[in-house]
Amino acid sequence: MEALSIRNLTKTYANGTEALKGINFSVQAGDFYALLGPNGAGKTTAIGIITSLVNKTGGDVEIFGHNIDKELEAAKTCIGLVPQEINMNLWEKVHNVLLNQAGYYGLGRKLALERAEKYLRELRLWDKRNDSARSLSGGMKRRLMIARALVHEPKLLILDEPTAGVDIEIRRSMWAFLREINAAGTTIILTTHYLEEAESLCRHVAIIDEGTIIEDARMSDVLRKLQREVFILNLAEPLESAPDLEGFESVLVDERELEVDRGPDVTLNDLFAQLNARGIEIVSLRNKANRLEELFMKLVESKQEEAREADVV
Amino acid sequence: MNLALNLVAMKTIVRKEVVRVLRIWVQTIVPPAITMTLYFIIFGNLIGRRIGTMDGFDYMQYIAPGLIMMSVITNSYGNVVSSFFGAKFGRHIEEMLVSPMSNASIIIGHVAGGVLRGVLVGLLVTVIALFFTRLEVTHPIITITIVLLSSTVFALAGFINAVFAKKFDDISIVPTFVLTPLTYLGGVFYSISLLPEFWQKVSLANPILYMVNAFRYGILGTSDISIGVAYGILIVFVLVLFTACLQMLNRGVGIRE
Repeated sequence: MEALSIRNLTKTYANGTEALKGINFSVQAGDFYALLGPNGAGKTTAIGIITSLVNKTGGDVEIFGHNIDKELEAAKTCIGLVPQEINMNLWEKVHNVLLNQAGYYGLGRKLALERAEKYLRELRLWDKRNDSARSLSGGMKRRLMIARALVHEPKLLILDEPTAGVDIEIRRSMWAFLREINAAGTTIILTTHYLEEAESLCRHVAIIDEGTIIEDARMSDVLRKLQREVFILNLAEPLESAPDLEGFESVLVDERELEVDRGPDVTLNDLFAQLNARGIEIVSLRNKANRLEELFMKLVESKQEEAREADVV
Repeated sequence: MNLALNLVAMKTIVRKEVVRVLRIWVQTIVPPAITMTLYFIIFGNLIGRRIGTMDGFDYMQYIAPGLIMMSVITNSYGNVVSSFFGAKFGRHIEEMLVSPMSNASIIIGHVAGGVLRGVLVGLLVTVIALFFTRLEVTHPIITITIVLLSSTVFALAGFINAVFAKKFDDISIVPTFVLTPLTYLGGVFYSISLLPEFWQKVSLANPILYMVNAFRYGILGTSDISIGVAYGILIVFVLVLFTACLQMLNRGVGIRE
Protein backbone atom coordinates (compact mmCIF):
# COMPACT_ATOMS: atom_id res chain seq x y z
CA MET A 1 0.00 0.00 0.00
CA GLU A 2 1.14 3.53 -0.68
CA ALA A 3 1.67 5.63 2.43
CA LEU A 4 1.97 8.74 0.31
CA SER A 5 1.13 9.42 -3.28
CA ILE A 6 1.86 12.76 -4.92
CA ARG A 7 0.67 13.51 -8.43
CA ASN A 8 1.47 16.64 -10.47
CA LEU A 9 1.86 18.72 -7.34
CA THR A 10 2.41 22.39 -8.08
CA LYS A 11 2.88 25.41 -5.88
CA THR A 12 3.27 29.00 -6.99
CA TYR A 13 3.59 31.54 -4.20
CA ALA A 14 1.85 34.92 -4.27
CA ASN A 15 5.14 36.60 -5.29
CA GLY A 16 5.23 34.40 -8.41
CA THR A 17 7.90 31.96 -7.17
CA GLU A 18 7.24 28.53 -8.64
CA ALA A 19 8.31 26.30 -5.74
CA LEU A 20 6.96 23.00 -7.15
CA LYS A 21 6.62 22.36 -10.87
CA GLY A 22 4.38 19.31 -11.00
CA ILE A 23 6.24 16.75 -8.91
CA ASN A 24 5.31 13.07 -8.72
CA PHE A 25 6.47 10.51 -6.21
CA SER A 26 5.10 7.85 -3.95
CA VAL A 27 6.23 6.25 -0.73
CA GLN A 28 5.35 2.65 0.11
CA ALA A 29 4.00 1.82 3.56
CA GLY A 30 6.84 0.82 5.88
CA ASP A 31 9.52 2.54 3.80
CA PHE A 32 12.24 4.85 5.09
CA TYR A 33 12.34 7.51 2.40
CA ALA A 34 14.77 10.39 1.95
CA LEU A 35 13.74 13.61 0.26
CA LEU A 36 16.89 15.51 -0.56
CA GLY A 37 17.66 18.75 -2.29
CA PRO A 38 19.58 21.99 -1.92
CA ASN A 39 18.14 24.93 0.03
CA GLY A 40 15.10 26.36 -1.70
CA ALA A 41 14.61 23.23 -3.83
CA GLY A 42 10.98 22.79 -2.68
CA LYS A 43 11.33 20.10 0.04
CA THR A 44 9.75 22.13 2.84
CA THR A 45 7.00 23.38 0.52
CA ALA A 46 6.17 19.77 -0.42
CA ILE A 47 6.08 18.78 3.26
CA GLY A 48 4.00 21.87 4.05
CA ILE A 49 1.41 20.81 1.48
CA ILE A 50 1.35 17.20 2.68
CA THR A 51 0.76 18.39 6.26
CA SER A 52 -1.74 21.16 5.33
CA LEU A 53 0.50 24.02 6.40
CA VAL A 54 0.78 25.29 2.83
CA ASN A 55 -2.04 25.56 0.28
CA LYS A 56 -1.22 23.79 -2.96
CA THR A 57 -1.75 25.38 -6.35
CA GLY A 58 -2.55 22.12 -8.15
CA GLY A 59 -2.20 18.36 -8.11
CA ASP A 60 -3.21 15.56 -5.78
CA VAL A 61 -1.91 14.29 -2.49
CA GLU A 62 -3.09 11.05 -0.92
CA ILE A 63 -2.03 9.77 2.47
CA PHE A 64 -2.79 6.08 3.00
CA GLY A 65 -5.45 6.44 0.32
CA HIS A 66 -7.04 9.56 1.84
CA ASN A 67 -7.07 12.49 -0.58
CA ILE A 68 -6.30 15.71 1.29
CA ASP A 69 -8.96 17.58 -0.71
CA LYS A 70 -11.72 15.12 0.17
CA GLU A 71 -10.73 13.38 3.43
CA LEU A 72 -8.47 15.87 5.12
CA GLU A 73 -9.31 14.80 8.68
CA ALA A 74 -8.51 11.13 7.97
CA ALA A 75 -5.36 12.12 6.08
CA LYS A 76 -4.12 14.33 8.92
CA THR A 77 -4.71 11.59 11.49
CA CYS A 78 -2.15 9.42 9.67
CA ILE A 79 0.65 12.00 9.82
CA GLY A 80 3.12 13.07 12.47
CA LEU A 81 5.34 16.04 11.64
CA VAL A 82 8.72 17.04 13.03
CA PRO A 83 9.30 20.42 11.38
CA GLN A 84 12.56 22.09 10.55
CA GLU A 85 12.04 25.05 12.90
CA ILE A 86 11.20 24.80 16.60
CA ASN A 87 7.46 25.39 16.63
CA MET A 88 6.24 24.69 20.12
CA ASN A 89 5.10 26.98 22.89
CA LEU A 90 8.37 27.40 24.74
CA TRP A 91 6.55 28.68 27.83
CA GLU A 92 4.63 25.43 28.11
CA LYS A 93 5.77 22.59 30.33
CA VAL A 94 7.31 19.66 28.45
CA HIS A 95 4.54 17.35 29.64
CA ASN A 96 1.83 19.78 28.49
CA VAL A 97 3.38 20.09 25.01
CA LEU A 98 2.62 16.39 24.51
CA LEU A 99 -0.72 16.38 26.32
CA ASN A 100 -1.96 19.31 24.23
CA GLN A 101 -0.88 17.66 21.00
CA ALA A 102 -2.59 14.42 22.04
CA GLY A 103 -5.75 16.43 22.75
CA TYR A 104 -5.64 18.07 19.32
CA TYR A 105 -5.72 14.56 17.84
CA GLY A 106 -8.72 13.64 19.98
CA LEU A 107 -6.94 11.36 22.46
CA GLY A 108 -8.76 11.20 25.79
CA ARG A 109 -6.93 12.40 28.89
CA LYS A 110 -6.05 8.94 30.21
CA LEU A 111 -4.61 7.74 26.91
CA ALA A 112 -2.85 11.07 26.41
CA LEU A 113 -1.13 10.72 29.80
CA GLU A 114 -0.03 7.16 28.96
CA ARG A 115 1.32 8.13 25.54
CA ALA A 116 3.05 11.24 26.85
CA GLU A 117 4.86 9.16 29.46
CA LYS A 118 5.73 6.46 26.92
CA TYR A 119 7.32 8.83 24.40
CA LEU A 120 8.94 11.15 26.94
CA ARG A 121 10.61 8.08 28.45
CA GLU A 122 11.63 6.70 25.03
CA LEU A 123 13.20 10.01 24.08
CA ARG A 124 14.80 10.39 27.52
CA LEU A 125 12.84 13.49 28.48
CA TRP A 126 10.70 12.09 31.29
CA ASP A 127 12.88 13.72 33.96
CA LYS A 128 12.29 17.07 32.28
CA ARG A 129 8.51 16.74 32.11
CA ASN A 130 7.83 19.56 34.58
CA ASP A 131 10.37 21.96 33.07
CA SER A 132 9.31 24.58 30.57
CA ALA A 133 10.24 23.77 26.98
CA ARG A 134 12.43 26.86 26.74
CA SER A 135 14.77 25.50 29.40
CA LEU A 136 15.69 22.48 27.24
CA SER A 137 18.88 22.27 25.21
CA GLY A 138 18.68 22.34 21.40
CA GLY A 139 18.97 18.55 21.16
CA MET A 140 16.29 18.04 23.80
CA LYS A 141 13.93 20.40 21.97
CA ARG A 142 14.42 18.32 18.81
CA ARG A 143 13.69 15.14 20.75
CA LEU A 144 10.62 16.74 22.26
CA MET A 145 9.36 17.56 18.78
CA ILE A 146 9.82 13.91 17.79
CA ALA A 147 7.93 12.77 20.92
CA ARG A 148 5.18 15.28 20.12
CA ALA A 149 4.89 14.00 16.54
CA LEU A 150 4.56 10.42 17.80
CA VAL A 151 2.08 10.95 20.62
CA HIS A 152 -0.91 10.01 18.43
CA GLU A 153 1.11 7.14 16.92
CA PRO A 154 0.93 8.18 13.26
CA LYS A 155 1.38 5.71 10.43
CA LEU A 156 3.52 8.23 8.53
CA LEU A 157 6.21 10.25 10.28
CA ILE A 158 7.69 13.19 8.38
CA LEU A 159 10.95 14.64 9.66
CA ASP A 160 12.18 17.88 8.13
CA GLU A 161 15.87 18.11 9.00
CA PRO A 162 15.37 16.68 12.48
CA THR A 163 19.04 16.52 13.39
CA ALA A 164 20.08 20.00 12.25
CA GLY A 165 22.43 21.47 14.83
CA VAL A 166 22.37 18.35 16.99
CA ASP A 167 25.64 16.88 18.23
CA ILE A 168 26.81 13.56 16.82
CA GLU A 169 26.01 11.50 19.93
CA ILE A 170 22.40 12.66 20.06
CA ARG A 171 22.15 12.38 16.28
CA ARG A 172 23.18 8.73 16.42
CA SER A 173 20.78 7.96 19.25
CA MET A 174 18.02 9.62 17.22
CA TRP A 175 18.96 7.45 14.23
CA ALA A 176 18.71 4.34 16.37
CA PHE A 177 15.30 5.42 17.61
CA LEU A 178 14.05 6.18 14.09
CA ARG A 179 15.29 2.78 12.85
CA GLU A 180 13.41 1.18 15.73
CA ILE A 181 10.06 2.84 15.00
CA ASN A 182 10.49 2.20 11.28
CA ALA A 183 11.11 -1.48 12.02
CA ALA A 184 7.94 -1.43 14.12
CA GLY A 185 5.98 -0.36 11.02
CA THR A 186 5.99 3.44 10.90
CA THR A 187 6.67 4.83 7.43
CA ILE A 188 9.25 7.62 7.61
CA ILE A 189 10.03 10.44 5.23
CA LEU A 190 13.20 12.31 6.06
CA THR A 191 14.70 15.46 4.66
CA THR A 192 18.22 16.20 5.74
CA HIS A 193 21.32 18.10 4.80
CA TYR A 194 23.44 15.31 6.29
CA LEU A 195 23.61 13.01 3.30
CA GLU A 196 25.42 10.45 5.40
CA GLU A 197 22.25 10.35 7.50
CA ALA A 198 20.08 9.61 4.46
CA GLU A 199 22.53 6.99 3.17
CA SER A 200 22.65 5.29 6.53
CA LEU A 201 18.92 5.31 7.29
CA CYS A 202 16.88 5.38 4.10
CA ARG A 203 15.96 2.67 1.60
CA HIS A 204 14.55 5.03 -1.03
CA VAL A 205 15.68 8.46 -2.08
CA ALA A 206 14.17 11.28 -4.12
CA ILE A 207 16.23 14.29 -5.06
CA ILE A 208 14.40 17.51 -5.71
CA ASP A 209 15.91 20.57 -7.29
CA GLU A 210 14.23 23.80 -8.37
CA GLY A 211 10.80 22.31 -7.82
CA THR A 212 11.41 19.19 -9.92
CA ILE A 213 12.19 15.61 -8.90
CA ILE A 214 15.49 14.77 -10.61
CA GLU A 215 16.00 11.31 -9.09
CA ASP A 216 13.66 8.85 -7.39
CA ALA A 217 14.86 5.30 -6.81
CA ARG A 218 16.09 2.75 -4.28
CA MET A 219 19.07 4.08 -2.35
CA SER A 220 21.21 1.10 -3.46
CA ASP A 221 20.34 1.68 -7.14
CA VAL A 222 21.13 5.35 -6.86
CA LEU A 223 24.49 4.67 -5.25
CA ARG A 224 25.28 2.06 -7.89
CA LYS A 225 25.09 4.80 -10.50
CA LEU A 226 28.34 6.13 -9.16
CA GLN A 227 31.02 4.97 -11.55
CA ARG A 228 33.95 6.26 -9.58
CA GLU A 229 34.84 6.36 -5.96
CA VAL A 230 37.79 7.95 -4.17
CA PHE A 231 39.47 6.25 -1.22
CA ILE A 232 42.11 7.49 1.18
CA LEU A 233 44.55 4.78 2.22
CA ASN A 234 46.70 5.09 5.34
CA LEU A 235 50.05 3.45 4.75
CA ALA A 236 52.11 1.44 7.22
CA GLU A 237 55.41 2.66 5.70
CA PRO A 238 56.10 6.04 4.05
CA LEU A 239 56.28 6.28 0.24
CA GLU A 240 58.31 8.69 -1.84
CA SER A 241 55.96 8.77 -4.82
CA ALA A 242 52.53 7.48 -5.79
CA PRO A 243 52.66 3.94 -7.25
CA ASP A 244 51.46 3.30 -10.80
CA LEU A 245 48.30 1.18 -10.39
CA GLU A 246 46.47 -0.22 -13.41
CA GLY A 247 42.82 0.86 -13.50
CA PHE A 248 43.33 3.36 -10.67
CA GLU A 249 44.55 6.93 -10.46
CA SER A 250 46.64 7.52 -7.38
CA VAL A 251 48.02 10.65 -5.75
CA LEU A 252 50.26 10.81 -2.71
CA VAL A 253 48.64 13.24 -0.28
CA ASP A 254 51.60 12.95 2.10
CA GLU A 255 54.17 10.24 2.65
CA ARG A 256 51.74 8.04 4.65
CA GLU A 257 48.50 8.90 2.85
CA LEU A 258 47.56 7.74 -0.63
CA GLU A 259 44.47 8.92 -2.52
CA VAL A 260 43.13 6.34 -4.98
CA ASP A 261 40.41 6.97 -7.55
CA ARG A 262 38.68 3.69 -8.46
CA GLY A 263 37.69 3.50 -12.10
CA PRO A 264 34.49 1.95 -13.50
CA ASP A 265 35.69 -1.58 -14.28
CA VAL A 266 37.89 -2.46 -11.34
CA THR A 267 37.30 -3.64 -7.81
CA LEU A 268 38.98 -3.05 -4.49
CA ASN A 269 40.34 -6.61 -4.73
CA ASP A 270 42.30 -5.50 -7.81
CA LEU A 271 43.66 -2.57 -5.85
CA PHE A 272 44.78 -4.68 -2.90
CA ALA A 273 46.32 -7.28 -5.20
CA GLN A 274 48.44 -4.61 -6.91
CA LEU A 275 49.41 -2.99 -3.59
CA ASN A 276 50.39 -6.40 -2.14
CA ALA A 277 52.50 -7.12 -5.22
CA ARG A 278 54.40 -3.88 -4.57
CA GLY A 279 54.78 -4.63 -0.85
CA ILE A 280 52.69 -1.63 0.18
CA GLU A 281 50.96 -2.33 3.47
CA ILE A 282 47.63 -0.63 4.19
CA VAL A 283 46.66 0.18 7.79
CA SER A 284 43.18 1.56 7.08
CA LEU A 285 41.05 3.11 4.38
CA ARG A 286 38.09 5.49 4.15
CA ASN A 287 35.91 7.13 1.51
CA LYS A 288 37.16 10.57 0.59
CA ALA A 289 33.66 11.96 0.16
CA ASN A 290 30.25 10.72 1.11
CA ARG A 291 29.03 8.77 -1.89
CA LEU A 292 25.54 10.15 -1.82
CA GLU A 293 26.89 13.65 -1.46
CA GLU A 294 28.96 13.12 -4.56
CA LEU A 295 26.01 11.82 -6.54
CA PHE A 296 23.80 14.58 -5.22
CA MET A 297 26.25 17.26 -6.38
CA LYS A 298 26.61 15.52 -9.74
CA LEU A 299 22.86 15.45 -10.35
CA VAL A 300 22.29 19.02 -9.21
CA GLU A 301 25.24 20.31 -11.22
CA SER A 302 24.18 18.47 -14.40
CA LYS A 303 20.68 19.94 -13.98
CA GLN A 304 22.15 23.43 -13.66
CA GLU A 305 24.36 22.77 -16.69
CA GLU A 306 21.32 21.75 -18.73
CA ALA A 307 19.54 24.92 -17.67
CA ARG A 308 22.53 27.05 -18.69
CA GLU A 309 22.68 25.32 -22.08
CA ALA A 310 18.96 25.88 -22.60
CA ASP A 311 19.48 29.59 -21.83
CA VAL A 312 22.25 29.83 -24.42
CA VAL A 313 20.06 28.14 -27.07
CA MET B 1 -16.46 15.46 11.03
CA ASN B 2 -15.52 13.35 14.03
CA LEU B 3 -17.49 14.99 16.85
CA ALA B 4 -15.78 13.15 19.72
CA LEU B 5 -12.32 14.09 18.39
CA ASN B 6 -13.33 17.73 18.02
CA LEU B 7 -14.84 17.90 21.50
CA VAL B 8 -11.60 16.60 23.02
CA ALA B 9 -9.61 19.05 20.87
CA MET B 10 -11.78 22.00 21.94
CA LYS B 11 -11.49 21.00 25.59
CA THR B 12 -7.73 20.85 25.15
CA ILE B 13 -7.59 24.40 23.78
CA VAL B 14 -9.82 25.69 26.60
CA ARG B 15 -7.68 23.93 29.23
CA LYS B 16 -4.54 25.34 27.64
CA GLU B 17 -6.05 28.84 27.66
CA VAL B 18 -7.10 28.58 31.32
CA VAL B 19 -3.63 27.35 32.27
CA ARG B 20 -2.14 30.29 30.36
CA VAL B 21 -4.41 32.87 32.02
CA LEU B 22 -3.64 31.51 35.47
CA ARG B 23 0.08 31.12 34.75
CA ILE B 24 0.41 34.81 33.84
CA TRP B 25 -2.23 36.07 36.31
CA VAL B 26 -0.17 39.19 37.02
CA GLN B 27 -0.74 40.21 33.39
CA THR B 28 -4.23 38.82 32.90
CA ILE B 29 -6.14 39.22 36.18
CA VAL B 30 -4.45 41.87 38.28
CA PRO B 31 -4.34 44.87 35.86
CA PRO B 32 -8.10 44.97 35.15
CA ALA B 33 -8.81 44.63 38.87
CA ILE B 34 -6.54 47.60 39.67
CA THR B 35 -7.88 49.71 36.78
CA MET B 36 -11.49 49.10 37.75
CA THR B 37 -10.78 49.84 41.42
CA LEU B 38 -9.37 53.21 40.31
CA TYR B 39 -12.45 53.86 38.16
CA PHE B 40 -14.70 53.13 41.14
CA ILE B 41 -12.67 55.39 43.44
CA ILE B 42 -12.22 58.30 41.02
CA PHE B 43 -15.34 58.30 38.86
CA GLY B 44 -17.74 56.64 41.24
CA ASN B 45 -16.69 57.84 44.63
CA LEU B 46 -14.93 61.20 44.19
CA ILE B 47 -16.56 62.63 41.07
CA GLY B 48 -19.78 60.60 41.32
CA ARG B 49 -20.76 62.18 44.63
CA ARG B 50 -20.95 65.57 42.91
CA ILE B 51 -22.93 64.21 39.93
CA GLY B 52 -25.80 62.90 42.02
CA THR B 53 -28.21 60.43 40.41
CA MET B 54 -28.58 59.14 36.86
CA ASP B 55 -31.77 57.45 35.67
CA GLY B 56 -32.81 57.31 39.32
CA PHE B 57 -29.66 55.50 40.57
CA ASP B 58 -26.71 56.95 42.39
CA TYR B 59 -23.81 57.44 40.00
CA MET B 60 -21.63 54.70 41.46
CA GLN B 61 -24.47 52.20 41.04
CA TYR B 62 -25.15 53.46 37.51
CA ILE B 63 -21.61 53.05 36.21
CA ALA B 64 -20.89 49.69 37.93
CA PRO B 65 -22.59 47.50 35.25
CA GLY B 66 -20.83 49.44 32.48
CA LEU B 67 -17.45 49.01 34.14
CA ILE B 68 -18.06 45.29 34.64
CA MET B 69 -19.06 44.94 30.98
CA MET B 70 -16.07 47.00 29.90
CA SER B 71 -13.71 44.64 31.72
CA VAL B 72 -15.49 41.59 30.28
CA ILE B 73 -15.24 42.69 26.67
CA THR B 74 -11.68 44.05 26.81
CA ASN B 75 -10.43 40.87 28.48
CA SER B 76 -12.28 38.53 26.13
CA TYR B 77 -10.85 40.43 23.19
CA GLY B 78 -7.38 40.73 24.70
CA ASN B 79 -7.14 37.05 25.60
CA VAL B 80 -7.94 35.74 22.13
CA VAL B 81 -5.92 38.30 20.22
CA SER B 82 -2.79 37.79 22.33
CA SER B 83 -3.08 34.02 22.60
CA PHE B 84 -3.82 33.35 18.93
CA PHE B 85 -1.31 35.89 17.65
CA GLY B 86 1.25 34.50 20.12
CA ALA B 87 0.62 31.05 18.65
CA LYS B 88 1.13 32.44 15.15
CA PHE B 89 4.23 34.35 16.14
CA GLY B 90 5.77 31.37 17.97
CA ARG B 91 4.57 29.07 15.17
CA HIS B 92 2.96 26.67 17.62
CA ILE B 93 -0.29 27.33 15.79
CA GLU B 94 1.12 24.64 13.48
CA GLU B 95 0.44 22.09 16.23
CA MET B 96 -3.26 22.76 15.68
CA LEU B 97 -3.12 23.19 11.92
CA VAL B 98 -1.51 19.80 11.28
CA SER B 99 -3.96 18.05 13.59
CA PRO B 100 -7.29 16.67 12.36
CA MET B 101 -9.40 19.04 14.46
CA SER B 102 -11.69 21.25 12.43
CA ASN B 103 -11.19 24.97 11.95
CA ALA B 104 -14.50 25.54 13.76
CA SER B 105 -13.05 23.76 16.80
CA ILE B 106 -9.96 25.99 16.72
CA ILE B 107 -12.20 29.07 16.73
CA ILE B 108 -14.63 27.79 19.37
CA GLY B 109 -11.80 26.64 21.65
CA HIS B 110 -10.08 30.03 21.56
CA VAL B 111 -13.33 31.96 21.86
CA ALA B 112 -14.36 29.85 24.86
CA GLY B 113 -10.97 30.60 26.44
CA GLY B 114 -11.54 34.32 25.85
CA VAL B 115 -15.07 34.18 27.27
CA LEU B 116 -13.81 32.36 30.36
CA ARG B 117 -11.19 35.02 31.02
CA GLY B 118 -13.75 37.79 30.39
CA VAL B 119 -16.20 36.21 32.81
CA LEU B 120 -13.48 35.54 35.40
CA VAL B 121 -12.32 39.16 35.31
CA GLY B 122 -15.97 40.33 35.23
CA LEU B 123 -16.68 38.38 38.42
CA LEU B 124 -13.61 39.86 40.08
CA VAL B 125 -14.67 43.39 39.10
CA THR B 126 -18.17 42.65 40.40
CA VAL B 127 -16.70 41.68 43.77
CA ILE B 128 -14.66 44.91 43.76
CA ALA B 129 -17.80 46.89 42.85
CA LEU B 130 -19.59 45.44 45.87
CA PHE B 131 -17.06 47.21 48.10
CA PHE B 132 -18.27 50.53 46.68
CA THR B 133 -21.96 50.08 45.97
CA ARG B 134 -24.92 47.76 46.33
CA LEU B 135 -25.78 45.68 43.26
CA GLU B 136 -28.80 43.43 42.93
CA VAL B 137 -29.39 41.46 39.78
CA THR B 138 -32.88 42.35 38.54
CA HIS B 139 -32.93 39.99 35.53
CA PRO B 140 -30.40 37.15 36.07
CA ILE B 141 -31.01 35.37 32.74
CA ILE B 142 -30.60 38.59 30.76
CA THR B 143 -27.47 39.46 32.76
CA ILE B 144 -25.82 36.11 32.11
CA THR B 145 -26.81 35.78 28.45
CA ILE B 146 -25.76 39.34 27.62
CA VAL B 147 -22.37 38.81 29.27
CA LEU B 148 -21.82 35.57 27.37
CA LEU B 149 -22.96 36.98 24.03
CA SER B 150 -20.95 40.20 24.42
CA SER B 151 -17.77 38.41 25.41
CA THR B 152 -18.28 35.99 22.51
CA VAL B 153 -18.61 38.89 20.06
CA PHE B 154 -15.39 40.46 21.31
CA ALA B 155 -13.52 37.17 21.52
CA LEU B 156 -14.42 36.58 17.84
CA ALA B 157 -13.35 40.12 16.97
CA GLY B 158 -10.05 39.46 18.77
CA PHE B 159 -9.63 36.31 16.73
CA ILE B 160 -10.04 38.24 13.47
CA ASN B 161 -7.54 40.84 14.67
CA ALA B 162 -5.05 38.06 15.47
CA VAL B 163 -5.55 36.41 12.08
CA PHE B 164 -4.65 39.63 10.26
CA ALA B 165 -1.93 40.76 12.67
CA LYS B 166 1.62 40.44 11.39
CA LYS B 167 3.45 42.06 14.30
CA PHE B 168 2.74 42.85 17.94
CA ASP B 169 1.86 46.48 17.08
CA ASP B 170 -1.06 45.17 15.03
CA ILE B 171 -2.72 43.61 18.06
CA SER B 172 -2.72 46.86 20.02
CA ILE B 173 -4.01 49.14 17.25
CA VAL B 174 -7.64 47.97 17.38
CA PRO B 175 -7.96 48.04 21.20
CA THR B 176 -6.35 51.49 21.36
CA PHE B 177 -8.01 53.21 18.44
CA VAL B 178 -11.33 51.38 18.15
CA LEU B 179 -12.24 49.42 21.26
CA THR B 180 -11.37 52.00 23.93
CA PRO B 181 -13.11 54.98 22.23
CA LEU B 182 -16.21 52.90 21.48
CA THR B 183 -16.30 51.68 25.08
CA TYR B 184 -16.01 55.19 26.52
CA LEU B 185 -18.68 56.42 24.09
CA GLY B 186 -20.84 53.35 24.71
CA GLY B 187 -22.76 54.69 27.69
CA VAL B 188 -20.54 53.26 30.42
CA PHE B 189 -20.37 56.61 32.25
CA TYR B 190 -23.55 58.34 31.07
CA SER B 191 -27.03 57.84 29.75
CA ILE B 192 -27.27 58.79 26.07
CA SER B 193 -30.40 60.77 26.97
CA LEU B 194 -27.94 63.44 28.21
CA LEU B 195 -26.58 63.86 24.65
CA PRO B 196 -28.00 66.17 21.99
CA GLU B 197 -30.42 64.36 19.67
CA PHE B 198 -27.90 64.09 16.81
CA TRP B 199 -25.27 62.43 19.01
CA GLN B 200 -27.90 60.14 20.49
CA LYS B 201 -28.53 58.82 16.97
CA VAL B 202 -24.82 58.52 16.27
CA SER B 203 -24.41 56.58 19.53
CA LEU B 204 -26.93 54.01 18.32
CA ALA B 205 -24.38 52.89 15.73
CA ASN B 206 -22.02 51.86 18.53
CA PRO B 207 -22.50 48.15 19.31
CA ILE B 208 -21.00 48.53 22.77
CA LEU B 209 -23.88 50.82 23.72
CA TYR B 210 -26.27 47.86 23.31
CA MET B 211 -24.09 45.56 25.37
CA VAL B 212 -23.60 48.01 28.21
CA ASN B 213 -27.26 49.01 28.32
CA ALA B 214 -28.59 45.46 28.07
CA PHE B 215 -26.27 44.41 30.89
CA ARG B 216 -27.29 47.46 32.94
CA TYR B 217 -30.90 46.45 32.33
CA GLY B 218 -30.12 42.96 33.63
CA ILE B 219 -28.66 44.38 36.83
CA LEU B 220 -30.50 47.66 37.48
CA GLY B 221 -33.57 47.23 35.30
CA THR B 222 -32.90 50.45 33.33
CA SER B 223 -31.71 50.87 29.73
CA ASP B 224 -31.44 53.51 26.98
CA ILE B 225 -32.24 50.95 24.28
CA SER B 226 -34.61 48.06 23.58
CA ILE B 227 -33.37 44.75 25.01
CA GLY B 228 -34.80 42.85 22.04
CA VAL B 229 -32.76 44.98 19.65
CA ALA B 230 -29.64 44.36 21.81
CA TYR B 231 -30.15 40.58 21.62
CA GLY B 232 -30.78 40.80 17.87
CA ILE B 233 -27.61 42.81 17.28
CA LEU B 234 -25.49 40.55 19.46
CA ILE B 235 -26.75 37.36 17.82
CA VAL B 236 -26.18 38.79 14.33
CA PHE B 237 -22.67 39.87 15.33
CA VAL B 238 -21.86 36.41 16.70
CA LEU B 239 -23.06 34.70 13.53
CA VAL B 240 -21.39 37.13 11.14
CA LEU B 241 -18.08 37.18 13.00
CA PHE B 242 -17.98 33.40 13.46
CA THR B 243 -18.66 32.90 9.74
CA ALA B 244 -15.95 35.40 8.88
CA CYS B 245 -13.45 33.64 11.18
CA LEU B 246 -14.30 30.26 9.68
CA GLN B 247 -13.97 31.53 6.12
CA MET B 248 -10.59 33.03 6.93
CA LEU B 249 -9.26 29.84 8.51
CA ASN B 250 -10.64 27.72 5.68
CA ARG B 251 -8.86 29.93 3.17
CA GLY B 252 -5.75 30.03 5.33
CA VAL B 253 -5.72 33.83 5.63
CA GLY B 254 -2.75 34.89 7.75
CA ILE B 255 -1.87 31.33 8.75
CA ARG B 256 -1.09 29.37 5.59
CA GLU B 257 1.12 30.26 2.68
